Amino acid sequence: MATQSSAGTSVTTYGATARPARGSTAWETFSWYFFRVSGVGLIFLAIIHLLLMHVFNDVSATGYNFIVQRYENPFWRVYDLLLLTLALFHGLNGLRIVCDDYIRTRGVRLAVVSVLFLTALTFWLMGSMTIITFQPGHTISQTLLGLLGR
Amino acid sequence: MYRGQSGQWSWLLHRVTGLGVLLFLLIHIVDITLIGFGPTIYNDSLAVFSTPVVRVISLALIASVLYHAFNGLRIILIDFWPSGYKYQRQMFYGVLALSVLSFLPMAFYVVAPIFGSCPQGNCPGLM
Repeated sequence: MATQSSAGTSVTTYGATARPARGSTAWETFSWYFFRVSGVGLIFLAIIHLLLMHVFNDVSATGYNFIVQRYENPFWRVYDLLLLTLALFHGLNGLRIVCDDYIRTRGVRLAVVSVLFLTALTFWLMGSMTIITFQPGHTISQTLLGLLGR
Repeated sequence: MYRGQSGQWSWLLHRVTGLGVLLFLLIHIVDITLIGFGPTIYNDSLAVFSTPVVRVISLALIASVLYHAFNGLRIILIDFWPSGYKYQRQMFYGVLALSVLSFLPMAFYVVAPIFGSCPQGNCPGLM
C-alpha cells in the first residue's frame, strides 16, 4: 500500500503504481506480485479450461460420465486444483482491493476483509474437497465414511 | 492517460470483468460441489448451463475472461517493460482487437447448439 499524505488526508494507490511503491508493507508487495504471477498462470489455465469445456466439448457433454473419465487421470485433478486455487485467491484479493477503494471507514473495511477471507476459505475447502475426494459411483458422504473406516 | 481516456476505460473494464468472473467462479464452485451428491443432481445442474438463456449469459463470461486475460498481460507489460507505458494506448487497442477476434469463434461454438447445430460433434443436450 502506498500512502501519500498531504494536508492531513491519505491516498492509497494499490494497483495504480508500476511496482509496489516504496514503503509498502510486505503483505502488499506479496499481493502485488501474486496478482501478476497468478495472472500469467491463469491466462493459460482459464483459457484452456474454457476451450475444453465450451469449444472442444459442448457444455452439455461435460456431465457425470465425462468427469469420471477425466478424473481417471490425476493430471486433471491437479490442473483443476491449481485453477481453483489461483482463480479464487486472485479474484477475492481483487475484490479486497475494490473494497479498500470504496470503504473509507477502517472498522468496516476490517470487517469486510475478514468476511472475504472466510469466504475464500469456505469456497476453497468446498472446491478442493470435491476435486480431491471424487470417486465414481460414490457420493462425497460415502467417500468420507470410507476414509473414516466405516 | 486518465479521465475519460483509454487508461480509465481499460481500468474500469478490468475491474468490472474481474468482478463478473469472480461471481461466476463462486457459482461454479457450488455447482461443481453437487457432483459429490451423485449423477442425477449433478447432471440436472449441468442441464441448466445448457439452456439457451445460460448459453447467452456464458458469452459474457467468455468475453470477460478474454478481456481480463489480455488486459492483465498489458498491465504486466506496462509494469516490467521500461518503455511499456509509452505504448499503453496502442496496447489497449491491441487488447480489444485480440479479445474480439478470439471471442467470435468461441461464441459461435457456444451459441450454435441453440440453433440445433453441433460443431463440437457431441451435444447430448440437443437430443
